[in-house]
Amino acid sequence: MKIRKNIAVSDTGFVFDPSTGESFTVNETGQEILNLLKKEKSYDEIATAITMRYDIDRSGFEKYYQDFIEMLNHYHLIDYEG
Amino acid sequence: MENKKKLVVAVTGLNNTDNPGPGIPVIRAIRESSGLDVKVVGLVYETLEPGIYLRDLVDKVYMLPYPSEGSEAVLDRLSYIHHREHIDLLIPNFDAELYTFIKSEKVLHEMGIRTFLPTLEQLEERHKGNLDAFGEKYDLLVPESMPLLYENDIRKIDEKFEYPVMVKGKFYDAYIAYNEEQVLSHFNKISAKWGLPVIVQEFIRGTEVNVVALGDGQGNTVGAVPMRKQYITDKGKAWGGITLDNPDMLELTHRIIRATRWRGGMELELMRTDDDQYYILEINPRIPAWVYLAVGAGQNLPEALVKLAMGMEVEPFTSYETGKIFVRYSWDMIIDMKDFEKISTKGEI
Repeated sequence: MKIRKNIAVSDTGFVFDPSTGESFTVNETGQEILNLLKKEKSYDEIATAITMRYDIDRSGFEKYYQDFIEMLNHYHLIDYEG
Repeated sequence: MENKKKLVVAVTGLNNTDNPGPGIPVIRAIRESSGLDVKVVGLVYETLEPGIYLRDLVDKVYMLPYPSEGSEAVLDRLSYIHHREHIDLLIPNFDAELYTFIKSEKVLHEMGIRTFLPTLEQLEERHKGNLDAFGEKYDLLVPESMPLLYENDIRKIDEKFEYPVMVKGKFYDAYIAYNEEQVLSHFNKISAKWGLPVIVQEFIRGTEVNVVALGDGQGNTVGAVPMRKQYITDKGKAWGGITLDNPDMLELTHRIIRATRWRGGMELELMRTDDDQYYILEINPRIPAWVYLAVGAGQNLPEALVKLAMGMEVEPFTSYETGKIFVRYSWDMIIDMKDFEKISTKGEI
């Protein structure tokens, strides 16, 4: 799973979908996850990176991660084909 | 320094109101042209069209009779204006006046006034009432529609459609209706304003997106910029919008222009469904009021239209900036009574 290629994520956490004109803002953690997804990192790699950096265990992270992915999915930001 | 081509361009649609005409953005665009030195003659129907008083954009203004008074009255008045101003090109910006100007194209040309408009056939076949046939002819997705000529036709709607439906005027206005009573109320309002038929259209769920484009009349797209309205007024007008990077919308635009050999400005109103299908809601046969967004994004389409009309060479645009935003605002001008008096009594200023 990865973020669609043309989705732009700025340093400030501003996310822009140029094909629909929709824009969103994400917090620092969301931005980190988005950037890891853009780099096509696996779930394991993302979970390791985030749990090492923040005070959260793997099972706690998984729940938040799934919610986050669901939201990205809802806004058509995920590329399932590529 | 390059010699600028001097032109006198007459423009209608100076009604920069909450239901804005495209005149002022068109003028602003051609004034920014590096190759044209334009004298702008504004043609107006009402004495309070704001563009009349934007004196740094409009050099001279004349009142025109409404097209409903007949083409003879319009042409007589234009002839008088032309005699004084020597108009090179006329850019009409209202749907309701296009029929008159397209029909009078030959007479205008004989007078020495050029236009760059769709043909009568192009104008008619994309008409809201003919959209079904248009979709079928060119293999395009369009919502189903039916014309309402009589009040009694409203009863037939549920034989063909599920509510809600869209109720539209032949030139302007569109309302959603959830039952027959609401259709009747919209039918009365719209028919009083725009005449018959009133058009009922299948309601397509999705996100409305638009394209401004220019066709050269040979099937080529000179330029096209897709946009999504970000802020919509209660009249459904864009008060803010953003340019999109959307190859599907551009491909659709090129297809339509190629198939119809469209000449002139065009606005496509599209509905993108959740499964990424594009339904054509309307094809407006003119430049839209939000055209300045395209100019800001790198495609000065009004300037290109002027050049095409004048037989000058125009290279098709190949790119524009994505993520450019326009935000409209209102501004109170203070007008001297003398100016209002002049346009009201003499019909010119």
